[in-house]
Amino acid sequence: MGAGHHHRIYLAGDTVVHRLPPQCKLVAVAAFALVVVATPRAWVGAFGLYALLLAVTARVARVPFAFVLRRMVIEIPFVVFAVALPFIGFGERVSFLGTALSVEGLWAAWNILAKASLGVIASVLLAATTEPRAMLLGAQRLRLPSLLVQIMMFMLRYMDVIVDEMRRMRVARESRGFVARDIRHVPVIARSAGALFIRSYERGERVHLAMLSRGYTGVMPVIGELTASFRQWLVAGMLPGAALLALLGTWGLTS
Amino acid sequence: MTPSLEVSRLAYAYPDGTQALFGVNLVIGRGERVALLGPNGAGKTTLVMHLNGILTPGHGTVTVAGLPVAKDSLREIRRRVGLVFQDPDDQLFMPTVREDVAFGPANLGIGGEELERRVKDALERVGMLEVIDRPPHHLSFGQRRRVAVATVLAMSPEILVLDEPSSNLDPASRRELAEILRSLDVTVLMVTHDLPYAMELCDRALVLSGGVIAADGPTREILSDAALLAAHRLELPYGFAPP
Repeated sequence: MGAGHHHRIYLAGDTVVHRLPPQCKLVAVAAFALVVVATPRAWVGAFGLYALLLAVTARVARVPFAFVLRRMVIEIPFVVFAVALPFIGFGERVSFLGTALSVEGLWAAWNILAKASLGVIASVLLAATTEPRAMLLGAQRLRLPSLLVQIMMFMLRYMDVIVDEMRRMRVARESRGFVARDIRHVPVIARSAGALFIRSYERGERVHLAMLSRGYTGVMPVIGELTASFRQWLVAGMLPGAALLALLGTWGLTS
Repeated sequence: MTPSLEVSRLAYAYPDGTQALFGVNLVIGRGERVALLGPNGAGKTTLVMHLNGILTPGHGTVTVAGLPVAKDSLREIRRRVGLVFQDPDDQLFMPTVREDVAFGPANLGIGGEELERRVKDALERVGMLEVIDRPPHHLSFGQRRRVAVATVLAMSPEILVLDEPSSNLDPASRRELAEILRSLDVTVLMVTHDLPYAMELCDRALVLSGGVIAADGPTREILSDAALLAAHRLELPYGFAPP
């Protein structure tokens, strides 16, 4: 059984951050991202403070630096785009190691890199301290439509089952001498994908029957309501709150 | 005493015109454990789907502890009939065992401490209380099947309907499940190909073949009737003789 592939992003722990209700953390990360995005790119000091805030959060949550770094690979496409900007940008140019770089492009690249990295780090910290399931419950608590939450819950539950089914199909193909070597083998893979889709669809129907058999009426029963105290909201609010203070402080200094 | 289940002259054709049931009659008394035997394609699954109103009869009636299966009684019918599906991955769809077992009773409007008590009690009865906070896909197949039984026990059903309960189980899990089923104080209808398992657990057996009940009697007698078994594509495993 391929148990728990998708839990590798979650780091089990029992810190203040882990214990916060998921809805508080979701709101905190979203608010933090808003503050970051709203910061003018030239206020380099403010970005430094944001990074410091995240470092403190990571320290409190006992999430190792290397773990965050590894999870940041998701950002690579943005990095590639950002690195290209100084070369393709217009306007005034500066010379660096014999290459003429666009000043405007450099600022644009910095803007993207700084904001994206801060957002990604905050999200990685959220994911590392919140179980996927809890995240969905938190989203539901924040009034995300129940149908969407249900769909994602099922995805979480059946991911391993489907991955396992996929693996069995691959073993069955390869046991009969199939090796995907070049483009001519695409149809075979495509047919397997189609078969997997149909199997999953049929499983969906059977699960629906099982749900009906236990009295499902279209609404998931609420089992164990998530509640957050005022104090917990306050603790979660510390990250975006401090970021906002940093933003306002930098504003005061520059104006 | 009102029987747990009464099916009378039940006929059903699928929307594509395939007739699956041709007038099924059966009565199961309270507390009985009955095996429903039959070859593939005999209509066993179709019959089971009628018992809790997933399929609506083309003709005839199904009555569960005195209550006829009808559109307006579905909620109560589905509480009374606990269906355990063949593949526990179909049955266990919630992220943790606790939530899965709670799903049924919560749909009945039960909450709080009563819900917690029911969940624990159901898991206790199948010996699975220690996995209450685990995700179902981290359990072994045998454990998942036992949790699947708990999910319906939590609804305090009148009758437990099991579809191929012994399939894919190793001999030890198979025996453990048998012990659990024997310890439960509910009416059981067990759909199976596993004739020794039927013999072990059920005093009475029904043979469904060609969409009708072809035989109804003590399991031992049915399994000893070689001509009857052969006529309905049922076979005892090699070397097995009814004791």
